[in-house]
Amino acid sequence: MNSIPIEQILFVSTALFFIGMYGMFTRRNMITMLMAIELILNSVNINFLAFNKYLYPGKLDGMFFTIFIIAIAAAEAAVAIAIIINLYRSHQSIDVETAEEMKH
Amino acid sequence: MGHLNTISLILLLPLAGFLLLGLFGRKYIRQYAGLVGTLLMAGSTVLSVILAYEYFFLQGEVDNVYQTLIPFKYTWLAFTENLAIDIGALIDPISVMMLVVVSFVSLMVHVFSLGYMKGEERFSTYYEFLCLFTFSMLGLVLSSNIFQMYIFWELVGVSSYLLIGFYFDKPSAVAASKKAFIVTRFADLGFLIGILILGFYADTFDIATLIQRLTDLQSAQFLSITTASFIGASMLTWALALIFIGGAGKSAMFPFHIWLPDAMEGPTPVSALIHAATMVVAGVYLVARLFPVFSVNEVSLHLVTVVGAVSAVLAALIACTQTDIKRVLAYSTMSQIGFMMLALGVSGYGNAEGLGYTASMFHLFTHAFFKSLLFLCAGAVIHLVHSNEMGKMGGLRKVMPITHLTFLVACLAIAGIPPFAGFFSKESILLAAWQHHKIIYWIALITSGITAFYMFRLYFSIFWNKASSAASISHDHHVSEGTWSMKIPLIILGICTIVAGFVPFSNFVSSDGVGFHSEFHLSFAILPVVLSLTGIVVAAMLFLRGNERPAKFAAQLGGLYKTVYRKFYIDEIYLFITKRIIFNLIGRPAAWIDKYVVDGGVHASATVTTKAAELIKGAQSGNVQNYAMYFFGGIVVLTIAFLYLWK
Amino acid sequence: MNAEQIIFYLLSAMILGFGVLSVTTRKIFRSAIWLLFTLIGIAGLYFWLELEFIAAVQIIVYVGGIVVLILFSVFLTQQSGLQMKKPRQGRSVSAILAVVIGFGLTYLLIAQHGFISSTQPFVWSMEMIGRQMMGTKQGGYALPFEVVSMLLLAAMIGAIVIAIKPKAIEK
Repeated sequence: MNSIPIEQILFVSTALFFIGMYGMFTRRNMITMLMAIELILNSVNINFLAFNKYLYPGKLDGMFFTIFIIAIAAAEAAVAIAIIINLYRSHQSIDVETAEEMKH
Repeated sequence: MGHLNTISLILLLPLAGFLLLGLFGRKYIRQYAGLVGTLLMAGSTVLSVILAYEYFFLQGEVDNVYQTLIPFKYTWLAFTENLAIDIGALIDPISVMMLVVVSFVSLMVHVFSLGYMKGEERFSTYYEFLCLFTFSMLGLVLSSNIFQMYIFWELVGVSSYLLIGFYFDKPSAVAASKKAFIVTRFADLGFLIGILILGFYADTFDIATLIQRLTDLQSAQFLSITTASFIGASMLTWALALIFIGGAGKSAMFPFHIWLPDAMEGPTPVSALIHAATMVVAGVYLVARLFPVFSVNEVSLHLVTVVGAVSAVLAALIACTQTDIKRVLAYSTMSQIGFMMLALGVSGYGNAEGLGYTASMFHLFTHAFFKSLLFLCAGAVIHLVHSNEMGKMGGLRKVMPITHLTFLVACLAIAGIPPFAGFFSKESILLAAWQHHKIIYWIALITSGITAFYMFRLYFSIFWNKASSAASISHDHHVSEGTWSMKIPLIILGICTIVAGFVPFSNFVSSDGVGFHSEFHLSFAILPVVLSLTGIVVAAMLFLRGNERPAKFAAQLGGLYKTVYRKFYIDEIYLFITKRIIFNLIGRPAAWIDKYVVDGGVHASATVTTKAAELIKGAQSGNVQNYAMYFFGGIVVLTIAFLYLWK
Repeated sequence: MNAEQIIFYLLSAMILGFGVLSVTTRKIFRSAIWLLFTLIGIAGLYFWLELEFIAAVQIIVYVGGIVVLILFSVFLTQQSGLQMKKPRQGRSVSAILAVVIGFGLTYLLIAQHGFISSTQPFVWSMEMIGRQMMGTKQGGYALPFEVVSMLLLAAMIGAIVIAIKPKAIEK
């Protein structure tokens, strides 16, 4: 573990975060947007664990946060799918641009 | 001295009449409105006469000088310590005389209107306005403070507006009332500026104090007002000239006279009261009230004289050509007031020097009687014939004997034939003019000749000239001459016209309060009387029987006659100035600025806001991803700001 | 270069490569599969970090639960075979710009910070996790545990309520 400095792990997690962000900005399909959000959440998990292991080895807080984030991400994905299905029923499409009721 | 109560009652009775008739007249006291007004007016008249008796014969005179008494004075609005508008009463010879004249003529008009306006639907409104007018005029006459006089001045203007436009469904009446109000209001601007100048320099608005300060040649106020100057004339000249302009507007002097002929659209008794005897002499009264100050300033006196003379001649010439009886009488009024102004202008101050002052006031006194009599007779004639035009009248002397007789008496008085009242007053005016300014004397003399001519032209055309067909129509009328309520005032005024000349006026009214004995020069009086008789004879030749001579004469004069007939085109000049110059050069640009610049600015601010909103609203796309990008952008900016820029 | 580093670089390349594929591919089913591989890569990373428990949780919950859920929703919305639409031109340019700038900024901060790694070994065990999870003393996570369980309950009920077919009262 000591041969890889922490910055390199943080590089991975940051890159994953911004890849997920690119996906969120760009994707027109709601389900793929959700997938990009999952990538973001995972990058955060990597961050927590890296910090926990490298900077604070005496504590376990990073792991707990990771566990909780995984749990919450699962719940959120479930609710998001439910909403997408509901929107699909009313708009007959899961394109994000068809749900433009909030347009000026 | 019960002056306080007496004076308050004299003023308050007409005011009570106004309020009573105004609030309850339409519904509750309809038929009795006239009686209520007349009784209150009678009360005022009796009190005025009692006051006059007390003042002139019992208490007013101390050491041969008639005192200026101020029974009460309450400070109403104080601008600074010294400048304040007080409400008070000032008793001196001319104000007492005016009280008697105004209330008496008003009473006659009230009685006459009982018959003339009978059957009129807005009967109580008419009496209500008459009461308002009388109250305002009495207040003006009694004012002790020049600002108070201005307040009542404007009230008189309002009453005149209401009364001229009484028949408000006639557009000509509405236009006439507007014209009267606007022209006099415009002249009152001069009056106000004059008041402010005088008040500023004399440091007071109170009339007695003002006169005392500005006539004392050593006082600080007099020196400051005469040394300060503006475009060459001293401030005193400016103040007095401006005040005179205000008076000229109200008194229908040239060039503010245009409203008076049009004001004849009102009911005839109103013309008798307002435009013959009382309101139009308010300007003369103003100059007389401030006469001591006028007399120390030569230029203003010259202005008064010139304006008076020009008005007198102008009006006399125009009256020779008019065919509407009320218009002839209106121009005659303007001419007589010109005489009064002229007399004031040529007057000196103190003792026999002040003959012009006394003559002017004397003429005001007698003129009130015979001019209101003339108007009331004209009202009776119009009531019978239902038309104002001389062409529709003729040969009425058999049908209306009393009217005929009183009209004749009044015409003789105005022509200056002895022993009627006008003779004495006109003779003293001519004497005063002769003593000071020969040219003015000759102008006044010729004008009085012309006066006799046109008055008798009027008289003969109405009562003798049988050529018009109206004579036969009038025989069918049952109500021949009008009720007794219309005849009694004529008789009373006729008697007054005969008697008033014999009052030894100069013993009571003079420029400095000291009565003097005026002499009667028989030789001097002969020339004017001869001139008047000549005028009467010429009028008789032309108008006694219907003939072709007047028309031929008019045709010979051609363009000259036309100019005089069209009142020297003065109305047209005014219209030209207002429409072409003021409306086009000032009115239109102002309207343009208001519409495009001011309103445009407001519209522009609204348009700018709308356009900006349209630009920004694209941000509300309803698209979540856009929102996410804006959110992220914001975070980046804030991060950079907090990390690098905010230390 | 020891085995640690090589494995790490392989795992990182897998994660990032499959991540990029997942967000750029135009077929939805493939995107879900790429996501699956990304998540497996991340689990591998956890194994490399000697955090077996978290890796196991990752595989069970993420890979076995969420990706399956996503696949089912793809089938439910009948999108599986079709090509998805391309994003708008301006959108992708500005997104790339935003992402690159953001990444640059963040990595700059990280690199400049100078983390001081600790020298102690990282020791954990299931018992330690269990005790701390249920612990109520200082550092105990009993409260968040209960709250998360309530959250899961709410999410379950919410999902059911949102997705339930409305009872059509048709007349």
